[in-house]
Amino acid sequence: MTAAMLAEAWVAMGANRLRTFLTMLGMVIGVGAVILMLAVGQGAQQQVEASIASMGSNLFIILSGSTTSGGLRMGGGAAPTLTLADAQALEELPSVAAIAPSSPGTAQIVYGPNNWSTQVIGTTPAFLAVRDWKLAAGFPFTDSDIRSATRVALLGKTVVTNLFGDEDPVGKTLRIKNSPYMVLGVLAPKGQSLDGRDQDDTVIVPVTTAQRKLFGTQFAGTVRFIMVQAESAAAMPAVERAMNELLRQRHRIREGADSDFSVRNLTALANTAAETAQVMSLMLGAIASVSLLVGGIGIMNIMLVSVTERTREIGIRMAIGARGKDILLQFLLEAIIISVIGCLIGVVLGVGGALTVSEVSGMAIVITASSIVMAFAVAAAVGIFFGWYPAKKAAAMKPIDALRYQ
Amino acid sequence: MDGNADAVIRIEQLYKEYLTEAGPVPVLKDVSVTVEPGEFVAVMGPSGSGKSTFMNILGCLDVATGGRYVLNGRDVGTLDSDQLAHLRNQVIGFVFQGFNLLPRANLEDNVGLPLIYRGVPRGERLEHAREMLAKVGLGAYNRSRPNQISGGQQQRVAIARALVNRPKLILADEPTGNLDTATSKEVMALFTELNERDGITIVLVTHESDIAANAHRLVRLADGRIIYDGPVEHAAPELMGSTA
Repeated sequence: MTAAMLAEAWVAMGANRLRTFLTMLGMVIGVGAVILMLAVGQGAQQQVEASIASMGSNLFIILSGSTTSGGLRMGGGAAPTLTLADAQALEELPSVAAIAPSSPGTAQIVYGPNNWSTQVIGTTPAFLAVRDWKLAAGFPFTDSDIRSATRVALLGKTVVTNLFGDEDPVGKTLRIKNSPYMVLGVLAPKGQSLDGRDQDDTVIVPVTTAQRKLFGTQFAGTVRFIMVQAESAAAMPAVERAMNELLRQRHRIREGADSDFSVRNLTALANTAAETAQVMSLMLGAIASVSLLVGGIGIMNIMLVSVTERTREIGIRMAIGARGKDILLQFLLEAIIISVIGCLIGVVLGVGGALTVSEVSGMAIVITASSIVMAFAVAAAVGIFFGWYPAKKAAAMKPIDALRYQ
Repeated sequence: MDGNADAVIRIEQLYKEYLTEAGPVPVLKDVSVTVEPGEFVAVMGPSGSGKSTFMNILGCLDVATGGRYVLNGRDVGTLDSDQLAHLRNQVIGFVFQGFNLLPRANLEDNVGLPLIYRGVPRGERLEHAREMLAKVGLGAYNRSRPNQISGGQQQRVAIARALVNRPKLILADEPTGNLDTATSKEVMALFTELNERDGITIVLVTHESDIAANAHRLVRLADGRIIYDGPVEHAAPELMGSTA
């Protein structure tokens, strides 16, 4: 019987094609908008999450304090208060997974006829683990390179492109501030950071090399910042307390006095960014859902008109033996078919639209099966919800009244 | 149960009133009729005599205010709307003045429509429908639409639809009201054939005496009461007129 009902619904929809199409259009636009907005929102969310992951997980950054010189307060990291010895001491704390003391600076790098100014970070081998950074080629430097302050370097992708072009840089020698450095390896590309910097535009050298040979600070053994990775997110508060305590003790800071360093929880910042992206994604979805609702009301509107127009037909059907539930099913099926077909077209247009958007604007998009399944479920629910009232109205007619209707 | 247990229609002291703003208006008062299987009954009466209401109640499209109506052994007053729909589907075939075919569906779909509500599969449904169309002489028009054939042909399609569930009773409400004399005769010949050859009970409302003359029994209503119930041929000429 349902097969017969489906066939009848199809015929009824075909009888007024323009109207059926316009009714469907509401659903098409609603579903298309939801799919498109979810794709864009989730794309943005995923991009943020990827940036966060590229930063490394469960991270703290300890910055040395600021100095005041002639009434001018320098920014954080200007005072040479953190040392390699501090870093070694921090490594002994429980729940600390890795430590990377770092001394960054900027230097001109030359290879053959090419030169390039970039950020040079002096650090320890643990830096790669902390930042979750892989090598695309070659090998990392080791602790023995730290001890003997050898002139070796790891190059970011952008640096390689600018200095070497298509040439393989591993094993070649380039010049940083006119001293020769051997390229040990190439870092895997990481892309943009959360604030839009190119993370691949960087060179990594042993921290001792940076301190003694490259940037030559007058305070031997100091570093600008120390990156600390906790073993787990749960251990982070304890680690933060322990680090503060240890460093204050080592720096002999009296009770109540300001620290000469600051500890920042990078993960908390990252989580805020991720939450923002998620809220944005939800907002986009919610706004698009409104158009789905409007599409549903359109269906109800047309179904009500259709029930009134076909009152006589309903009467005929009842006279020859249709029960109330048969009439109900007939109109409900019609509403569901309209919304489901509209949904199908909407999915196609939404996915197409999302692909076009990413093609044209380069925005990241994510189309998940779950968003399509959800769109389908919502479309069917809209069909049932908004089709129910008109169908019920049709089914509740008295046969004699329906038959007499002119 | 009395001796009339086998009657197709047994109506006892039927009473029907409509509620209007001016209060209840009685339309049928104390109507009692029994129709046996195989009878061909014409119902006549002037406008406002209650014959349309009478037919609607007979067809289970409307319910009486009082009295008892037993159709094919079932007391209609005790049935719910689904059971009434079942009765309309299985026991009664309707033929209306305005044909009441579905304009969008072709003839075989129109004729097969009652079978949908009995859950008959499509193949079987169309087979029955074509058989019935052939029976009313329209076998060549299976795929036509109602607006492509004449009024007389449309009424024959409606009769085919009424027959498709092999009903015991056909209720025809002014079946020739929209037809010219020649096609009226054709349609009445078809009714006569169904009655005489297939033994189907027919109750027919009309205001034309020559149409009523096809029946065997005449029931005449006036002002909500039966004023004549007997053989057509014994009816006084003024009882056969439309405005007695």
